[in-house]
Amino acid sequence: MEILNIEGAEDTPKIILDRTNGIFEISGRSLPEDSAEFYKPVLEWLKSYSGQSNSATDFVFKLEYFNTASSKLILDVLSSLESIGGTTVHWYHHEDDEDMQEAGQEFSELVEIPFEFRTY
Amino acid sequence: MRFIYDLHQSMITHNVILIYEGDFTQETTKSILSMAERNLESSGEESGIKKRIFNVMVEALQNIVKHSDEIEVDKSKSHAAIFLIGNEQSRYSIMSGNPVRKENIPTLKNALEKINSLDKDGLKELYKEIIKNTTISEKGGAGLGFVDMARKSGEKLEWDFVDVNEEYSFFCLKVNIARAKEAVA
Repeated sequence: MEILNIEGAEDTPKIILDRTNGIFEISGRSLPEDSAEFYKPVLEWLKSYSGQSNSATDFVFKLEYFNTASSKLILDVLSSLESIGGTTVHWYHHEDDEDMQEAGQEFSELVEIPFEFRTY
Repeated sequence: MRFIYDLHQSMITHNVILIYEGDFTQETTKSILSMAERNLESSGEESGIKKRIFNVMVEALQNIVKHSDEIEVDKSKSHAAIFLIGNEQSRYSIMSGNPVRKENIPTLKNALEKINSLDKDGLKELYKEIIKNTTISEKGGAGLGFVDMARKSGEKLEWDFVDVNEEYSFFCLKVNIARAKEAVA
């Protein structure tokens, strides 16, 4: 499978989805003008990965900030992960960012995937 | 030239630290955000408060970009809107104003009234209900902006519709964010 590698920018997160090396990570800031368009390749990648997934998928979210339009797309990403067996979400938040921790908790209540909470 | 001084005085009287007036795009949003971030960086404000201000700014600015209605004044069309940040003794406020077509007012009012009728837990439930059922609109919104602003603010949203002409009103919104308690003294 091809690696999906999107460089981060001022208003978009860095994304690496690499099946061979087992790296699945979305990090940084997410406030793109068109969130649906921005996350489209991610959702497409996950769709094709779901048919040939690794036995364990440790998916890392290390977000500094995301806007509400991105939150809907993050939920779509999580919903795609629900159908991939052996997935664990590692939700990072800055140690003094309670809002980001709470956001992760809310996502964990919306999908049936184990979440692990970590600080950075 | 008097108006320059008057505007300057008015900003001081109303504790306004930043104003942007004109057309809003994703590019202006990014510029305003980075300018405000630099200001906040040097203010020594607590990081949690700074993030909430940033959060509300993004939603307010992107609301303008996505929803400000095109208004025709003297035959020239414009999306002109205004964005302000206020810095009062006990709180910051993020303010915006943009033209809306009158037929869009009832929907906006209903949403804002519903949000203001809810407490912290009610807002959390509303947020979860919307995010589960929403789809991204043609304009690129998730319908979560006001709810998120209210949650980050912790206070009621202040809003008004000022009559412009038969077709349009000017939608004014003020979102307050209390300073960290230690900083008040």
